[in-house]
Amino acid sequence: MRQTRTIELGTGLFVLLGFAALFFLVTQITNREFGLGDGGYLLLASFEQVGGLKPGAPVSMSGVTIGHVEGIKYDFSEYKARVTMRIDSDYNRIPDDSDAGIFTAGLLGGQYIGIGPGGSETFLAEGDQMQFTQSAIVLENLISKFLFSKAGEKQGDAPAEVSTP
Amino acid sequence: MLASLSRELLHNLRTALQALGAYTFFFMRLLKEVPRALLRFSLIVEQVHNAGALSLVIIMLSGLFVGMVLGLQGFDLLERFGSEESLGSAAALGLLKELGPVVTALLFAGRAGTALASELGLMRATDQLAAMEMMAVDPVRRVVMPRFLGGVLSMPLLAAIFSMIGIFGAQLVGVQLMGVDTGQFWSQMRSAVEFGDVLEGVVKSCVFGVACSLIAVYEGYHSVPTAEGVGRATTRTVVISSVVVLLLDYMLTAAML
Amino acid sequence: MRVRGLHYSVSQRPIFAGVDLDIERGSVTAVMGPSGTGKTTLLRLITGQLMADRGLVEVEGQDVAGLRRDGIYRMRRRMGMLFQNGALLTDLDVYENVAFPLREHTRLPERLLRHVVLAKLQAVGLRGACRLMPAELSGGMARRVAIARAIVTDPQLLIYDEPFVGLDPISLGIVLRLIRLLNDTLGLTSIVVSHDVHDLSAFADFSYLLSGGLVIAAGPPSALATDTREEVRQFMHGLPDGPVPFHYPAPDYLEQLRQLR
Repeated sequence: MRQTRTIELGTGLFVLLGFAALFFLVTQITNREFGLGDGGYLLLASFEQVGGLKPGAPVSMSGVTIGHVEGIKYDFSEYKARVTMRIDSDYNRIPDDSDAGIFTAGLLGGQYIGIGPGGSETFLAEGDQMQFTQSAIVLENLISKFLFSKAGEKQGDAPAEVSTP
Repeated sequence: MLASLSRELLHNLRTALQALGAYTFFFMRLLKEVPRALLRFSLIVEQVHNAGALSLVIIMLSGLFVGMVLGLQGFDLLERFGSEESLGSAAALGLLKELGPVVTALLFAGRAGTALASELGLMRATDQLAAMEMMAVDPVRRVVMPRFLGGVLSMPLLAAIFSMIGIFGAQLVGVQLMGVDTGQFWSQMRSAVEFGDVLEGVVKSCVFGVACSLIAVYEGYHSVPTAEGVGRATTRTVVISSVVVLLLDYMLTAAML
Repeated sequence: MRVRGLHYSVSQRPIFAGVDLDIERGSVTAVMGPSGTGKTTLLRLITGQLMADRGLVEVEGQDVAGLRRDGIYRMRRRMGMLFQNGALLTDLDVYENVAFPLREHTRLPERLLRHVVLAKLQAVGLRGACRLMPAELSGGMARRVAIARAIVTDPQLLIYDEPFVGLDPISLGIVLRLIRLLNDTLGLTSIVVSHDVHDLSAFADFSYLLSGGLVIAAGPPSALATDTREEVRQFMHGLPDGPVPFHYPAPDYLEQLRQLR
């Protein structure tokens, strides 16, 4: 009987550890929040362009993560992307004239939302919309803009060479 | 010469097809027994202990080292692109989707698979299976099924443990040794890894669990009842399992990408 | 139990070519024969582990070949079989080994089960060893445990496959006595397969001698011992040469030596 008890103990330990690992992988590694991290308050922000921003991406101020992106939807009333962020309740003194921008961590890194504090005395609260936003930089747009300006310069220098129909 | 060669090839092909057919029949027979086997849960618990709990140490150690290597290699690679903050997501994705399920399955085949095959082979060689038959007890139901199910249940758990330990190993090297920021490590990981990635790993390890357990019990159960036959059964278990796992891995990856 | 005109072959090689056997209820019947004549195969045919190519195997009026899988299992519940080395389940101790058939087939309450198991172990004299593992038993003890396991479901037919191989004289004496004792006190029918002539002839009621796929002699052991036919004499008295040649078929000795040069 003692033998079966040690077997049961070892098996129980193994199964517990296995499910703990699964739970850890699902809740701590992915950007899904399962109930546990539901504290904090929601902020809204509209962007012309969100680029590769995904739900679960960090929201940071001066590099400190203060919350996560909860949802991204397209808003037909504004014709913009509407991003919902969940901010930890510890960080409840964000001025209401702060601006939000979408940045990239490293060259290949994921995108995140950076919040730059404003100077207002009133603070953002649950459900508030952020006024000033800066869209994600899309590399293709940047390149085409650059090429256009180059082409423009050339056109100015030697207009005869470019044939216009 | 050429004729004999092609004849041999044809013969080998026939044997391989025959083996595949035999495997399929055996698998069907096992599937048919699943509901009844679940009723005797204590027998399965015992086999989860043998296949899972006893493999825990080797799985955890391997997971740690694989994770640490990932930390080093990943850092070296990502540093060239100036995005070493992505180490967390690179390591987590690599572990969850590939290394966790595959390396666990290979280790499982070596540790638990051989144990299963040699145990069943020995029971065959010492007439224990025949004795059960004579006591009107179906050895497939009483002996093979719990071992098969024990392996199937253990594999996803082992793979999850492997991945978790591996991520900590990568964090250990990346953050402690290489100086990646802890917050970046975890937040990048969280933003890059999706629930589907975890699911992919779990699906893979479940499939590998069925494959490895099936191969082990099949080879053991059908081994030639001699010392040599049992040895050959264990060798075949490792070889066939490894090849099948890698083949299935490619097929599953292609299917789920 | 009756066997009539039994034919069986393994990959074209005939093992049995028309074997007839009758085993009377309540008797101890010995089946003897040189190694490799298919004595164990015969047992497998009787117990339905193998199916005959031709001929009839009838156990208690039932044709074994006509039974389906569950029918064979039902038949086997009334049989006990002892394998050459006992074939105890190595991961269970002695007590659990003996309890195994009961646990698998019945839902006896633990107290009743304990009574039955201890009674059977007492019958083979190993009640004190009930917590030992099979690996800790000597060959004779393992075989006695296997006997206890075989009789735990109170079968009507007990089959012994080479029960004396590798036993020391004391253990051998014990097993011999047990076979006879159990047969008489429990009213069993026993079939003992062996090539151990002397031990068997002392206590069997009836003997069959198999050779070359046929029954070459049948009768009480004393009759077999005095049989004058060459094949029977060779086996019963252990003569090294006779109809079963000492030499494996080979080309002429001198001839082969010359060739090698």
